[in-house]
Amino acid sequence: MTLLWIPLISLFGSILSSMTGKLTRNQSTSLTLLMPFSALLLTMSLTPDVFSGEVVRESFSWIPLLGINISLRLDGLALLFVYMILVIGILVIFYARYYLSAKDSLPKLYAYLMLFMTAMLGIVMSNNIIQLWFFWELTSISSFLLISYWWHKSEAREGAIMALTITGAGGLALLAGLLLLGNIVGSYNLDVILASRDVIQAHAWYEVTLILILQGAFTKSAQFPFHFWLPHAMAAPTPVSAYLHSATMVKAGVFLLARFYPALAGSDIWFIIVSFTGLATLLFGAYIALFKHDLKGLLAYSTISHLGLITLLFGLDTELAAVAAIFHIINHATFKASLFMATGIIDHETGTRDMRKLNGMWRYMPYTATLAMVAAAAMAGVPLMNGFLSKEMFFAETLHQQLLGSMSWLIPVLATIAGALAVAYSARFIHDVFFNGDPIDLPKQPGEPPRYMRVPIEVLVALCLAVGIIPNFIIDDILQAASIAVLGGQVPEFKVALWHGFNLPLMMSAIAVGGGLLLYSQRQYLFQFHASLPSLNAKKVFDKTLDGVMKWTDTKINAIENGSLQRYLTLMLVVVLLFASWPLFEMKHLVGQKELTPIDVHNVMGALLLIIGAFSTVIWYHSRVISLLMLSVVGLMVSIAFTRFSAPDLALTQLTVEVVTVILLMLALFFLPQHSPRESSSMRVLRDIGLASALGIVVASICYALITRPLASISDFFLANAKTGGGGTNVVNVILVDFRGFDTLGEVCVLGIAALGIYKLLVNLPLYIPNSDSEGRPWAKERYPMLLASISQSLLPLALLVSFYIFLRGHNLPGGGFIAGLVTAVAFILQYIAHGSNWIAERFTFNYRKIIAAGISIAFLTGVGSWYFGRPFMTTWFEYFDLPLIGEIELASALVFDVGVYITVVGSTLMILASLGQLTANEPKDEVKI
Amino acid sequence: MELLYASCVGVLVFCGVFLILRARTFPVVLGLTMFSYAVNLFLFSAGRLSFNEAAVLGYSAKYADPLPQALVLTAIVIGFAMTAFVVILAIRGRADLGNDHVDGQLPDINNDIDTKGKL
Repeated sequence: MTLLWIPLISLFGSILSSMTGKLTRNQSTSLTLLMPFSALLLTMSLTPDVFSGEVVRESFSWIPLLGINISLRLDGLALLFVYMILVIGILVIFYARYYLSAKDSLPKLYAYLMLFMTAMLGIVMSNNIIQLWFFWELTSISSFLLISYWWHKSEAREGAIMALTITGAGGLALLAGLLLLGNIVGSYNLDVILASRDVIQAHAWYEVTLILILQGAFTKSAQFPFHFWLPHAMAAPTPVSAYLHSATMVKAGVFLLARFYPALAGSDIWFIIVSFTGLATLLFGAYIALFKHDLKGLLAYSTISHLGLITLLFGLDTELAAVAAIFHIINHATFKASLFMATGIIDHETGTRDMRKLNGMWRYMPYTATLAMVAAAAMAGVPLMNGFLSKEMFFAETLHQQLLGSMSWLIPVLATIAGALAVAYSARFIHDVFFNGDPIDLPKQPGEPPRYMRVPIEVLVALCLAVGIIPNFIIDDILQAASIAVLGGQVPEFKVALWHGFNLPLMMSAIAVGGGLLLYSQRQYLFQFHASLPSLNAKKVFDKTLDGVMKWTDTKINAIENGSLQRYLTLMLVVVLLFASWPLFEMKHLVGQKELTPIDVHNVMGALLLIIGAFSTVIWYHSRVISLLMLSVVGLMVSIAFTRFSAPDLALTQLTVEVVTVILLMLALFFLPQHSPRESSSMRVLRDIGLASALGIVVASICYALITRPLASISDFFLANAKTGGGGTNVVNVILVDFRGFDTLGEVCVLGIAALGIYKLLVNLPLYIPNSDSEGRPWAKERYPMLLASISQSLLPLALLVSFYIFLRGHNLPGGGFIAGLVTAVAFILQYIAHGSNWIAERFTFNYRKIIAAGISIAFLTGVGSWYFGRPFMTTWFEYFDLPLIGEIELASALVFDVGVYITVVGSTLMILASLGQLTANEPKDEVKI
Repeated sequence: MELLYASCVGVLVFCGVFLILRARTFPVVLGLTMFSYAVNLFLFSAGRLSFNEAAVLGYSAKYADPLPQALVLTAIVIGFAMTAFVVILAIRGRADLGNDHVDGQLPDINNDIDTKGKL
């Protein structure tokens, strides 16, 4: 369970911190911090195992049929990322406490951050690629929530939508790629996939799969040409930028490259796509970063550029490139997160991030300035900093690659140019902000921030320096472990050291630093040059494309969905017709082999009545009352048909439901027009008749084909076991309350929900209460005829007795909870009709909602009760007892279940009819409250 | 007998579908009720037709198939719940919208899809 706890604790933290709204900020922060700290301790306890070369695994079955399990895996690479996510997460949470102003909600930010943390942990620890994808999408969603944290700002909303669109689209591509990958390998398990490199790369789908997966990685890691969402995501609060958009989420893309490196890398197509994308991003990002006046803009493009560098390393065909890539992932996370935090402080203390206004900050905040300068030096790759080491490794690897054949020398040259640009923008960050004259009308008087706001930066900067000066102590173990995971065991000898002697990479570094400083000193020419370039605004292109897509889909949707329900129904029925009739045309004979049953005069009479009733309903449908009466004839004939064809339970149910339905529809007619206008054109009528007859003929044919074929039913089981297993001889009832009791439980729930829905629909109903019928005749003065009132009253006990009898015998003879419930309901409804709802309300004060709740609870608790005896849900029990005078009686738990059904049916039916009926008792224009 | 039974189901489907396609809510409710009769009869017939063979143990030599019966029994009750819900929705719709057209508004005379007789 240890592994699963790591993301679970984080998820729990998300919920916990969202509930800290009433606490003080410090309490909220401490509570939230508790969670990642515990996760960190857990991780530490697992670290020795991973360092010793073990892969820690855990798996829980989820949807085994689809091969989808909750399975986790912690190897060196995952461990490295878990540490990064947790440690930087802790620092960011701490930092955000001081960063957010008092009017912003801290718990909300924390809840989102912890949700994001859960998602990231899920990605890196997944051992199942579908699960990995699930968490991948969760990072997109939590990133959307975090970017739009200041939702009242339009740029925050736009940035959030853009990020979600791009990464979401990438996520879809990734899903497609992962599904293909799973199909190729025959498993979604990561262990299996990583071991099937040859199968994957020899497969015909390899290229497609690779490109789809890379699209997911590149959109997430903001690779050119999908990079443009990242600068707009900077509308998020700075702690979010530090965490998501520099240290972790954008690293998910490169994590994916590393994760699938053993399975997907090594082919020409991988090297070409990955290295060129990385190279383009590296140069493009570094170039644009130089011209950004916004501090966060500069850092965003610098992040893009560094992500490009890491991607490029994964695409190089040299031995140590992947190791260098992992190393740079760590280093970039530390220095970039601290730079973002420093930017946050500057923004916090001066009110602006514009480098044209920010000058000479050294004088106002020397301490913060020192920290920022160290981190910026790491970004530039100055010796003694961690950035220098990985950049040296990067330069060294570019020298060894053979990607471009005889033109391979181009790559180190371009890498050096990118290095020079990085030095130039780092120099700008340092010189423009902290020196270069005096500040120009700042919104606030600058000064040092609260003491503790600097602590996270101090920690990160200390790490930068420690790694830079004594790399072996700090980084060797984890780098080694992660490299084993990426390279699949065969890690070549490597040594991270500050000093490798005078060699070519050092030369390149020196050229980069010199060239960068030169570039920066000549920046006014560069700025002029850049200003003369035609500007291409990615946001405008994106907005325009999005608009176009929206308009296009709108016109398409409006063409299909014109708001006419009649039309939708027609289309649906046409589709039904096509699908239902298709198999009929493929069938050879409509009549099957079963011996036909003889026809007799009673049946013909019944059928004739049913047909006449049905056609009359249609013919008189303009006159609604007549139509309704004709419909009730049909209903009666249906229940007689059930009686005739050996289904007494159905007949009883149909009969009682029929009564209730007709009363309900009658009541409804009180509130609806009495007539339907003649408004359909002849064409329309003709079309509907055509469609209806086609459907009628098809259904009749299917029905005929079905019932003339011999029956092979599973019901023999029910017949054989009803008495011995369920303790009842009425097999239909035993099926309902025992064999398929779970179904019945669901069905009474539906009934209850429908009743509650109706109750809700009728609340505060603005009613038309007509004063007369449609012909203008006033309603009868005597609302409740005496004859009906007295008869119904004396009938009530009798009806209740009947329903009780029907209920009790239900297990062995036709009857049961459904039917008894309906009989009881009808008996009560008769009282409503005879006396009016006010009269009832005085005498019968039950709340129908509570009755429904009680019924469902009884049914459910009967099911739960079997747990108490160590049996599965809804196991039934029965026993026979001999009682003096009465004789042998049977007690069964199914009977209690049936009581629940009975009560729910009574409650729901009465609630439906009484709610509506009560409305008729109100005087016109009264506001109606039930 | 089978032919007669199937024909009855067909007639109910015909009438039900025709009413469902009407433009006012009440006929649609009637149509749905009629259609659910047809569906229940159809599902019931999956157990084939038999006389005097109710699935009560000990009362006959052969038994009708109890499973479709059990399924149809709950279908009848659920069908009632749905009819009730739809008709109350129709009342609510009329009260809130002022008419009982299925689209919630009376068809525009100039742009009347109904009078043109097209889809």
